[in-house]
Parts: sequence; structure tokens; C-alpha cells
Amino acid sequence: MKPFQYLRPKTVQEAVTMATDNPEAQYIAGGTNLVDLMKRGIASPSKLIDINHLPLKKIEHRYDRLRIGALVLNSDLAQHKAVLTRQPLLAQALLAGASGQLRNMATVGGNLLQRTRCSYFYDLALPCNKRKPGAGCGAEEGINRTHAIFFAGNGFGGIEKSSCIAVHPSDMCVALTALETTVVINGPDGERRVMMKDFHRLSTQQPELDTNLGPGELVTAIEVVDNAFAKHSHYLKVRDRASYAFALVSVAAALQMDGGRIWDARMALGGVAHKPWRYWSIDLMLRGQVPSEKLFREVAEHEMEGAKATAQNAFKIKLASNAMVAALKTAAGIS
Amino acid sequence: MEPDRDAIPPDAENEDRRFFLKQSMFIAGLSMAPADFLQAALAPDDGPVGNAVKVKLSLTVNGKRKRITIDPRMTLLDLLRENLGLTGTKKGCDFGQCGACTVHVDGRRTLSCLTFAVMQHGAKITTIEGLSDGEKLHPLQEAFIKHDGFQCGYCTPGQIMSGVACIREGCAGSAGEVREYMSGNLCRCGAYPNIVDAILEVKKEGLKV
Repeated sequence: MKPFQYLRPKTVQEAVTMATDNPEAQYIAGGTNLVDLMKRGIASPSKLIDINHLPLKKIEHRYDRLRIGALVLNSDLAQHKAVLTRQPLLAQALLAGASGQLRNMATVGGNLLQRTRCSYFYDLALPCNKRKPGAGCGAEEGINRTHAIFFAGNGFGGIEKSSCIAVHPSDMCVALTALETTVVINGPDGERRVMMKDFHRLSTQQPELDTNLGPGELVTAIEVVDNAFAKHSHYLKVRDRASYAFALVSVAAALQMDGGRIWDARMALGGVAHKPWRYWSIDLMLRGQVPSEKLFREVAEHEMEGAKATAQNAFKIKLASNAMVAALKTAAGIS
Repeated sequence: MEPDRDAIPPDAENEDRRFFLKQSMFIAGLSMAPADFLQAALAPDDGPVGNAVKVKLSLTVNGKRKRITIDPRMTLLDLLRENLGLTGTKKGCDFGQCGACTVHVDGRRTLSCLTFAVMQHGAKITTIEGLSDGEKLHPLQEAFIKHDGFQCGYCTPGQIMSGVACIREGCAGSAGEVREYMSGNLCRCGAYPNIVDAILEVKKEGLKV
């Protein structure tokens, strides 16, 4: 591992200045991904800015939204009363991810910024456009069972040679995408807010960049606006083993129901694209409808029209479709 | 309560102080050490102090205060095993995938291989060596023996540290819950059913963990 200088700022401003002044510096919070990447030589910051002592650990409900500090631990967030009552979908997604130990270390900000688990990204002997832009993508013609089935825009569009077919590994981010969360960012030019849908990037250009964060920028909080989904939401994760594995496919489904009909709906998928995949037309398709398996099947098949399989992951199209139907049925409370 | 991670190491020795000052100035001359870093070196009470070669930190391990000078790249796991001789904590995968290195940091189960020791300046660490009360084993240690919760034993310290936390967290209500909340601890010998039995028994008996 390359030697680094350890820095421990006390204020957000101090941290941002340190990162802005040192382009080779990296922030570290829980370290569950970055320490791994540093051990493997994939990340090699010359300065490590330990942000764990910044005052970003609060969860508070103010006005119409839940504001969650970037340093709140995944385990604390998953069992926080305000989250359990107002945003149970988020708690479910958090508990579906990682292990007890990792959730005790991982922060909200770090979860947003975790890198793909594509094995080509982690293997320095193999080509990877994300690790080394222009090197090629080992997964495209290689072992791509766990890789993406949605690529650009609304799912239509091809894979470019300079691109990346890895998927985003987070569960939390899938729920946050469905819940239309805002990410609060502090940087050299002050504070700005970005919607979840615009926070992560697709991979058609510059796959080395996972997010739209600028140099020196630091995620300080997320904000989830109150909604009426708490009674009818469900996070379904499908994976190779019963626990402690990344999703092959995951679904965050949230419905607002009244009088046996659906009045509002949100859905996002994990494990299918370079970023959490938001299903945009579900609200239009479900509004005013009585929930049924047939209806949800139509919705799922509509969504999968834009999917494109690689050599080994065609199963994901059927799997995602079935997972959507199952998650929507559970959310709607029908068997 | 938030642990006071910026607590002042009380017994800074002048020798060490001079060493770090010298080191810091050396680095400052070499690269572009920011001014606040030099200030930190002059006032070693304010967080861990050092440069890219050596840092000095203070933490509490199994109730004992330790003041150590290490390479900042050293993980908490390596610090425990190599510097403090606490080899009960095991290195399995060293990449946060197996749970063998589980210890408690400020009461929370944590993977010691995925955190740099320098980040734990001021923290209270408990390892498997700190779990028993002298010669008297912890109830979960007893239960592991009774239920044959291991074969080769390599994953056992991590399993026990994780199991204790699992009970404390209130996540040991049923076999299913234990399996889910213990899923970050792998056992290649496959002692899982016995591990689950041991944890459930301690939970059921309501023993203080």
C-alpha cells in the first residue's frame, strides 16, 4: 500500500479545503470499501482525510423531511424510530445489505459512494475501463453473470467499447432512489443539492466516474421528503445465498393506496445497471388501478422491454420481472 | 454517549515529541505539509500525531490504555496481532468478507481488518482476550464448548465476538434471526448449527453478556 498522510479535520470547511488543496487526497469514513481498495492498490490516496469526527451524525425530522447526516451508521439508521415509522422501505433495504459488522462501520455517505463489486474492477491483472479508462472491459466477453441489463437513457441504447457493464452494489441507494431522496453536498463553492437520480452516473462515458461529485466535494446529508408510502412499501432482494451477498436483482416498491386502489407508485431496481434504476412510468401505469398480479405482470413486462442481456445474464430479465411482481404484490398486500 | 476520540493522551514523552517534531519538519520540507498539520505536531494532544511514516496514537484495549507509534497504513487487526501480541483475533480473508477479525470498537462489533488503527485513536477496543473474567470464561465461550460450536477453531474468536454483539443488539430471538445477523461470520468447517444453538442458549438463559 502506498504511504499516506493521515488527516483528521474537525469541520466540514476544513475537510473540504484539505481535499480541494490535495487532488490526490481521499475522504475516509467507515472505510469498508476504501480500505479494501487501498490494500489491493486500486485506490492510492497520498492523504487520507478521516471525516469521522465531523458533526454529521444527526437524524432529524424538520418541516416536511427526514434529514440524515452523512456519517450516520447504516445500523443506526436501520433501527431509528423515525426511519422505521416514516420510511420503512429504507430500513428494509439497509438490513438487506452487508453484515452486522459492516453495517456498524458503513456510513450513509460511504454507502452512496461505494464502488462496484465487479470482479474485473478488483483484479489488477485484467482489463477494466472503470479502473483504467481505455483498457477495455473484461466482463463484456468474460464472466458477466452478475452484470447490467440496462445501459443508457431509458434502457435503449448499446454498450460502447469504452464503457462498463458493472452494476452499482448498494441496497440503500435503491430505496433512496425510489423515495426520491436529495443528496446534500458541500464543496469548494459551498452547498448544493442533487436528486438521487442525478447523483450516480451511467457508464457510457467516463465509466471511471461513479457519481457527479466534483473535486473536493463532500456528501454531508441526505433528505427524504415525507410521503404516504409507509404502509405499502417493500424491498425485495434476490441473491445467490440467503444473506450477506450482493443483489442479483433487487426491487424497492412503494405504493400509496386508498379504498383498494393505487394512487401513487414508485419503483427502483438494484443489480441491473451502473446506477440504481428508476422505473419512471410506473406511476402512470398504476394510478387509479386495483392491484392484481395481472396488472403488476404487465407493469414488469413493460419495464423489461428495454433490457439487454449479456452472454450469461439473460436469466436476470425474467428474475427482475418476477421480483417486481412479487415486491409489488407484497407492497399492495395481495397474495 | 459519543466516545471522546479527541481525548488527550496524558503522558506524552518529550523524547517522542521531539522525534515527531523533527519528522514533521522533515516531511514539511519534502512535500507540502499543511500548516495545520505542523500545528498538530506541536500540540500532540489533539488527535493522533505524525506523518506518512509514523503516527502516534492512544487507544484502550481490553481496559488497558496503550500508546503506540505505528505506520499509518497498519490496520487495527495488525496492530492487535503484531504490536500488542493479541493473536486471539484472527486474520482470515483480510478483506472484510469472512468475519474472523471481528472485535468490539466502542461496544460495536467491527471488522478490524477494514479499519486503520490510526482511525481508532481514542477508541475502546475489546478482543476475545478481553471477554473472559480472568479465568472465568464468558457464558458464550462456555456455550461454544458445550455445543461444540467449532471444529478447526479459526473462525471462533470472530464468531464469539459477533455472537455476543448479536445478543446485545437484541437480534438473537430465533434461529432464523441468529442466522441472518451472524451471516457476516463464515465457518468453513460448517459448525453453523452448533454456533446457532450456543447463541440461542445463552440468549434463552438470559445470562449477562
